[in-house]
Amino acid sequence: MTASFEAGDSLPEMRVTPDAGLTKRYAEASGDPNPIHIDEEFAKKVGLPGCILHGLWSMAQVARAHGEAVGDPLALRRLEVQFRGMGFPEQEVSVTTSVTEADGGRIVTETEAAQGENRIIRNASAELAV
Amino acid sequence: MGLRTDAEGKTWDSVSFAVEADRIGQYADAVGESSPMHRDASAAKDAGYRDVVAPPMFVVVYSSPAMGPAIFDPEVEMNFAAMVHGGQRFEWGEPVCAGDTISTEVECKSISERDGKGFYVFESVSTNQDGAQTAKGSWTNIVRGVG
Repeated sequence: MTASFEAGDSLPEMRVTPDAGLTKRYAEASGDPNPIHIDEEFAKKVGLPGCILHGLWSMAQVARAHGEAVGDPLALRRLEVQFRGMGFPEQEVSVTTSVTEADGGRIVTETEAAQGENRIIRNASAELAV
Repeated sequence: MGLRTDAEGKTWDSVSFAVEADRIGQYADAVGESSPMHRDASAAKDAGYRDVVAPPMFVVVYSSPAMGPAIFDPEVEMNFAAMVHGGQRFEWGEPVCAGDTISTEVECKSISERDGKGFYVFESVSTNQDGAQTAKGSWTNIVRGVG
């Protein structure tokens, strides 16, 4: 990939809508057994509106948005995020990213993931080797 | 009521995870990573990897088994009913491929209180069978109502 990046650039926005069965597939793939993600009744019993997305799945979407933007899924060197609002299945997630530093083979970004106005990942930063 | 911080600095036995190609593919499917490098050994080898290569966030799969004993340790004394995953940081090193065995060690880095919330920070360090570091993680769990 020969695209060059400069501080101030936006990376392409990535949009994805997790389907109703996603949390179960992610629970199996990741080994996270927490029922708040897969058991609607349990989630409601503990005061949630319903099953919520795994924060680490949402983080993986931020990771994927970066890999796709630079054309290399293994380019990521660092990613740090804060999880805030809860995310929900069947609502579109958008990942928006801007470049804050770029020098030679390295770029640093600030990034977030949101469902509408609900920012589920914020104050996030990544570093990539490009 | 003070927050108990005795577990700061505590480490747990390392936990090993044998990486299988199918597990990488299953994870890639669940998070939408579409590259054939995560499914097909020849595609991965064409790109310079030893075998089917994991997407970076696969770190969750191989390091989580080492996190369990730490966060469920009674000495850490976290109130799970009031706990949320507040933050996460990963730094990546050597890529992880099918056939690797990854060992992960966890340390409790800090337990602190701010605005009535307890912040529990754990660090995981993962290395492959050759001793090369594949990832370092910092996991922050926040527990409400500790003040």
